[in-house]
Amino acid sequence: MLLHLYIAVAVAQVPTDLVAIRGGAYRPLYPADPEVPVVTVGPFRLESRPVTVGQYRAFVQAHPAWAPGKVPAVRADESYLSRWSSGATLADEQPVTEVSWFAARAYCAALGRRLPTEDEWELVARASTDAFDASADEAWLAEILAWYGRPSTDTLSWVGRGTPNRWGVHDMHGLVWEWVEDFNNTLVSADIREAGDDERSRFCGVGAVSAQDVKDYANFMRVAWRSALEGRTTTRNLGFRCAADEEGP
Amino acid sequence: MRNIIGLLTLSLHFGCQGTVRAAHDEAETPTSYTALEVAGGAMGDPVGSPIHAVLTSPPEVPPAVDRTTPAKVVVELEVVEKVMPISEGVDYTFWTFGGTVPGSFIRIRQGDTVEFHLQNHPDNKMPHNIDLHAVTGPGGGAASSFTAPGNQSQFSFQALNPGLFVYHCATAPVGMHIANGMYGLILVEPPEGLAPVDREYYVMQGDWYTVGKYREKGLQPFDMQKGIEENATYVLFNGSEGALVGDNALQAKVGEHIRLFVGNGGPNLVSSFHLIGEIFDKVHFEGGSLVQEQVQTTLIPAGGAAIVEFTVEAPGTYVLVDHSIFRAFNKGAVGMLKVEGPDAKGVYSGKEVDAVYLADKAAPAAPIAEASQATAAGTLSLAQQVDAGKALFQGTCSTCHQPDGKGLGDVFPPLAESDFLMADVERSIGVVLNGLSGPIEVNGRRFDSVMPPMSQLNDDEVAHILTYVRNSFGNKGDAVSPEQVARVRATTERPQGAAH
Ligand code: HEC
Ligand SMILES: [Cu+2]
Repeated sequence: MLLHLYIAVAVAQVPTDLVAIRGGAYRPLYPADPEVPVVTVGPFRLESRPVTVGQYRAFVQAHPAWAPGKVPAVRADESYLSRWSSGATLADEQPVTEVSWFAARAYCAALGRRLPTEDEWELVARASTDAFDASADEAWLAEILAWYGRPSTDTLSWVGRGTPNRWGVHDMHGLVWEWVEDFNNTLVSADIREAGDDERSRFCGVGAVSAQDVKDYANFMRVAWRSALEGRTTTRNLGFRCAADEEGP
Repeated sequence: MRNIIGLLTLSLHFGCQGTVRAAHDEAETPTSYTALEVAGGAMGDPVGSPIHAVLTSPPEVPPAVDRTTPAKVVVELEVVEKVMPISEGVDYTFWTFGGTVPGSFIRIRQGDTVEFHLQNHPDNKMPHNIDLHAVTGPGGGAASSFTAPGNQSQFSFQALNPGLFVYHCATAPVGMHIANGMYGLILVEPPEGLAPVDREYYVMQGDWYTVGKYREKGLQPFDMQKGIEENATYVLFNGSEGALVGDNALQAKVGEHIRLFVGNGGPNLVSSFHLIGEIFDKVHFEGGSLVQEQVQTTLIPAGGAAIVEFTVEAPGTYVLVDHSIFRAFNKGAVGMLKVEGPDAKGVYSGKEVDAVYLADKAAPAAPIAEASQATAAGTLSLAQQVDAGKALFQGTCSTCHQPDGKGLGDVFPPLAESDFLMADVERSIGVVLNGLSGPIEVNGRRFDSVMPPMSQLNDDEVAHILTYVRNSFGNKGDAVSPEQVARVRATTERPQGAAH
């Protein structure tokens, strides 16, 4: 409780440093077009760490419309920042969670940035500490999966703690889930149950994915996770980071 | 915003027969309608005001429905991800329907309209949904119940078919959600209800895949590779090794008629369900309406269930097992039913069965727990190891080498004053880890027999046992450290997938 009161001294929104990602090709779990199983991602820049509680507080001070209790229900559900007022102890360096997609976008926009696309995020997420594409590294996949086996009530650790991945980016796995710009693109463009056989066969085409992909349980989970979301959803394990185009502020 | 990712994944694994319905076989067949017509008057609009379903945790079962008309029944089920013991000193992060494994038991009547509320606790990490095999319709509710943490979904269905059905989570990757405990049973009573019995219980089998081996202490993560290989670390009734033994055993009295609702969540293994010392008078096999009588062992598929009924004639402890029997001895598939009452010697006379089957569990836990604490604290003493080793020896080695370590006849060599045991520590470690066969000489006597590998023991346990035998029965030696055991283990080739 004390913590967030004393933070109420206005601070400027300090942006996280951006890491240049030169782009590349990756194999999505559910390619949008089964004829094109490999997606090419152009160059962009990605924040090296998830947005923290401290950074988000500064944002809320500068933009009171995003303060807890002020945001209309269509843009954030009831649990938006609910722990800020519940007396929970939150350190500035913890990743901010309980933010909706709308809120995350607004935060990034205030910095002249944007959310990464799913393709951008997934490209960077395929890197281990020593390989740009570790998607065939079973030990590494198992390590990611182990996060799900850890109790969910553990306090979130601080951002940027471990070794960065091969791109120099921290915490793509093992800390929080993250918003992407087109989180509902993969499967939810319409109510798929009414979308007819075309749509189904499109996903059935995924039956052709290599065995290796079918074993990427962590990736299945991310896709499942994203598709459970609505733009207003907020949860205790869902945060975000911003991206920017190649050139720009 | 709802979608069918869980189902898609299922149909993907099942070969994608072209429709989402292929996710499981619940197409509305003509048979199911016939069943309804026979039932006569079962269906129709709900009568009276909505009822809140009584849900129970295993092994309890809600009371019989006791209604002559269909009703609207509200079911509220909360998904909770939580750490619980899976075995003595071993924790696991379970994903549960209602905080228990299996999930809460739901009991309704054929023709009821169920308004289902699925809540996903805000502390949870995962989205979840529910596929009820009692639902006729694509995906069994999975599509309409897909729910992010901190949210809830609502859907309704009419229970068209009577029977005992499994429900489970169908979120991708489905295997992992089920492997973590996301299943339970829903009973749809026929309009005339079930015949009254003296007691009803709820038991559900599941197979578990952990990174550490069987009974390796600490918080054990899910092992996806073992899951894919169907190489289960544990096979359990009601989600934990202790769920139905000792003080938690099922209870009954002599002469009572008992009904068990038995499910199998899987994800992989099919159960050979058996109750040692009983014959099932009746089995509604596969949870359906046909009844088989006088059954010794009934097969319960993963994602299936059975209703078994029997009368207990004699007092004593009856042991529930998966009669794919290594699962009972080495993976935990054991439960107990304790029956009290006057002896019925005419029916059965003899000693209790559990002494044999649970020899393993007889080991007093206190010295073992003390030793593991000491190991963690780095203060492990020889005396602590001897105490822990003694307890473990009684459960593991004494059946063959005898409680006094003197061996038995020409088959089981002595450990007491054994020159073979004392000569070479590393070789003795190897004997316990890998077993031993072929001719050996102990104290001048020849043995040519087979000792099976005791690979279910972890490094600490092997170290304690060997420290004990090397300092008992007239032997005098050093302490054996877990590190020594680990070294021998590491240098031993083992087939892929074998318990390591
Ligand atoms: C199923 C019966 C069985 C069990 C249980 C068993 N052993 Fe053995 N053990 C044998 C047999 C049989 C041999 C002799 C094998 C041979 O002839 O090659 C043997 C040999 C040995 C030897 C080498 C010979 C000697 O007497 O010194 C040691 C040491 C030993 N066992 C220790 C153990 C320990 C410790 C345990 C418990 C962790 C254990 N055994 C459990 C049957 C068993
Ligand atoms: Cu689930």
